[in-house]
Amino acid sequence: MSQEQSMGLRKLLEKAELLKQGAEARLYRTRFLGKPVIVKERFPKRYRHPVLDEKLTHRRTVQELRAILRCRKAGIPAPAVYFVDHSSHCIFLEEIVDSCTVRDYIVSTQQQTEGQQLGWLAERIGQILARMHDEDLIHGDLTTSNMLLKHTDGAERQLLLIDFGLSYISALPEDKGVDLYVLEKAFLSTHPNTEELFERLLQSYTKASKKSEPVIKKLDEVRLRGRKRSMVG
Amino acid sequence: MTIVIGFEGSANKIGVGIIRDGEVLSNPRRTYITPPGQGFLPSDTARHHRAVILTVLKEALDEAGVKPEDIDCVAYTKGPGMGAPLVITALVARTVAQLWGRPLLGVNHCIGHIEMGRLITKAHNPTVLYVSGGNTQVIAYSERRYRIFGETIDIAVGNCLDRFARVIKISNDPSPGYNIEQMAKKGTKYVELPYTVKGMDGSPLKKVCDAASKMLSSGECAAEDLCFSLQETLFAMLVEITERAMAHCGSQEVLIVGGVGCNLRLQEMMGVMCKERGAKLFAIDERFCIDNGAMIAQAGWEMFRSGQVTELQDSWITQRYRTDEVEVTWRD
Repeated sequence: MSQEQSMGLRKLLEKAELLKQGAEARLYRTRFLGKPVIVKERFPKRYRHPVLDEKLTHRRTVQELRAILRCRKAGIPAPAVYFVDHSSHCIFLEEIVDSCTVRDYIVSTQQQTEGQQLGWLAERIGQILARMHDEDLIHGDLTTSNMLLKHTDGAERQLLLIDFGLSYISALPEDKGVDLYVLEKAFLSTHPNTEELFERLLQSYTKASKKSEPVIKKLDEVRLRGRKRSMVG
Repeated sequence: MTIVIGFEGSANKIGVGIIRDGEVLSNPRRTYITPPGQGFLPSDTARHHRAVILTVLKEALDEAGVKPEDIDCVAYTKGPGMGAPLVITALVARTVAQLWGRPLLGVNHCIGHIEMGRLITKAHNPTVLYVSGGNTQVIAYSERRYRIFGETIDIAVGNCLDRFARVIKISNDPSPGYNIEQMAKKGTKYVELPYTVKGMDGSPLKKVCDAASKMLSSGECAAEDLCFSLQETLFAMLVEITERAMAHCGSQEVLIVGGVGCNLRLQEMMGVMCKERGAKLFAIDERFCIDNGAMIAQAGWEMFRSGQVTELQDSWITQRYRTDEVEVTWRD
């Protein structure tokens, strides 16, 4: 990108609204080509060695782009990519207006009711993940903060996946099993007493996926591995 | 006033500590150090502990100026850890408990680290990075459990460093990790090593260790540079998974515990990450980072005060004991 274009990008970000600073990147909200966008900026991490930092940041940006593209081609809901700047590691993404994270949704629902109303959500998540894994796409960082629920006019709420920085392509049941294991751990740690809900998610996954059996088997193995690990010292 | 004595010996450190209502009265410790290039084996370690534990116990009582009749409870490491050394410590704990007529408390080693960290730093509700030779976990407290958000998929970070120390045959005195840290300070060239983070879990660390060993034998770079690069890579992974957990939990505090937590470069890197997020870092020094008896006493103190006791027939030890198995009755 030329010097002028970099300056232009910096000016745009200065005027944009900083939404949040996640673990990986800063998110800004602004308008681009007349559309509401979220700019995801993977800023340099000063705690890392500069060579490692540059390699890692670039890799994460590229992995994310490839994963989103793959998702959308397969009909899995994810935000559209409008523009990329590799020198500053910025991705311009479609803003999903009127949405909240699945995490926030579950937390607020659990506060209000006994949580039985979340069965449909668990099923939907299972279905989407099944489709994603059938495409041999591993998300790499599945948590309820990385799923969005869009409030649409009808009763149907759309579920989208986001945050593909750790994603990669793999057909191995082991990798898919670990992907689900990461979600299980994040799910159960963040939302206590949801073991049944997660079981429903897995059942929905099993039904929806064509290659689920070996994956669930691997998931059980990985779970045991955690139990069996000798923790010395 | 509650005085608790704690016995710790799950790995190569044997320690006895005495705590009185949040004050560390004494905390002597001995370390079983093997020659360069060698790790420590369970039976040898147990033998070492057996030979010194009574001396350390006497030291603890003398230093604290405390007599057996003053002690309210005897805490010991129930697990996790190496079998034989754990048995030695449990045996002595059971014996003195019966001799002195005091209740026993079997403590989870990881929770010992956490509770000591909380006591010393007064951190309120931090995201905990527990990193040692045997463990690498990111933990956060929620609804009466210390929940494990992320952990190593294969070996612990400390183990990775220890293995590499054996490869380059540096001294294990005072600890292999400490000597790697000193060598790393002299390293200048950064060498790329495998780096993967799966969500909040770590990468296959054996791969990183093997890659470093290979580079050393091919003569591509000096041991100092590899120590430097190994630390930069491993610690960057640790800081990353900690940061992810913090973002997920909405936490603004980080507490590092476990032997690897002594490493100043790790503390420095974590500090930079915290500063950029406006979070606070809590770290402790080697007295309490490294396995010690007082941390067991402290966790025991909390458990005892909340009404827990371990009956004699339940005072066995176990090599596998998950941090989230314990009901944290002393917090709400």
